[in-house]
Amino acid sequence: MIRAAQRRPGFAAALLHRLSGVALALFLPLHFIALGTALQGADRLESFLGLTRNGLVHVAEWGLVSALALHMALGLRILVIEWLSYRERTAIVVSGCVAGSLAFGLLFLLSGA
Amino acid sequence: MLAVRIRRGEGPQGFQTFAVPRRANQTVLDVVTEIQRDQDPTLSYRFACRVGMCGSCGMTVNGRPRWTCRTRVAQVAEGESLTLEPLRNLPVVKDLTVDMEPFFTKWRDAHGYFEPGETPADDFATVLPDSAERQEVDAGIECINCGVCYAACDVVSWNPDYLGPAALNRAWTLVNDVRDRGQAERLAAVSTDAGCHACHSHMSCTEHCPKGLAPTFAIAGLKRETARAALRRFRRKA
Repeated sequence: MIRAAQRRPGFAAALLHRLSGVALALFLPLHFIALGTALQGADRLESFLGLTRNGLVHVAEWGLVSALALHMALGLRILVIEWLSYRERTAIVVSGCVAGSLAFGLLFLLSGA
Repeated sequence: MLAVRIRRGEGPQGFQTFAVPRRANQTVLDVVTEIQRDQDPTLSYRFACRVGMCGSCGMTVNGRPRWTCRTRVAQVAEGESLTLEPLRNLPVVKDLTVDMEPFFTKWRDAHGYFEPGETPADDFATVLPDSAERQEVDAGIECINCGVCYAACDVVSWNPDYLGPAALNRAWTLVNDVRDRGQAERLAAVSTDAGCHACHSHMSCTEHCPKGLAPTFAIAGLKRETARAALRRFRRKA
């Protein structure tokens, strides 16, 4: 449960950073399986990639690209705070990170990749 | 009337509710004082100055840590109700009073005290008001030790050994004190497993500090300084 004291942009940023990190960690084994099938020939890779043409997988890919962008944006935010001592306006910066990542994900979805 | 739920015991049953009249410009501390004086003299809480100087009246108000003497009821009441609990992350003595000892012990553990060195300095140190070090000290020096940041900190609740934002903020002001002669020991003290590197930059301390200080950036300063010190050691060995 999220306590009242945690309903703050800094905590939201930390939570999203971790959750997107977990999503990426869960994706990595699938990524390696896909790469592994290439070792067994083009047909095996092609049949595996065939699965990704499913609409549901496309949505999941959109989520994944958004998660990757979000993880990177929030990670950069932490580095800027810690190494450059950037006194941010937390709510605006965190909202910007989330909006930018979702826009990046949308761009990916619209590009039809 | 204001319905005031006060935690006086463990669990969901541990609350006692009091009805207190609303008054103009009433603070949360006024409410607690009125309950103790007019309704239940056994209610325990702590306060001293009533004007935001002493840092002793910290409590959890509607789930958030706050200084109660400078928190007006109008600002925080949800409808006509207030929920008051002791500060988080500290042992409860009774009702709203917590034992601040772990908080101050960590202040000492983080070497949050001036170290003049073995021999007294020959002359006064010249510290220009606009020097970078003095500016860093100015940004963090107004801490009143209220423990609000300590109660807000998620890392303290996960790791009770974590030194906490206030102690590390104090250490950072001393790291920037050009007269101090205990820097190596201080940097070693704040870079343990429970030191500055354990901070996750959730910024709860900075978002809740009633004095508007930013311990997150003090801790970030310590992270940079300890990293530099480690690099210097590495270079000396190489």
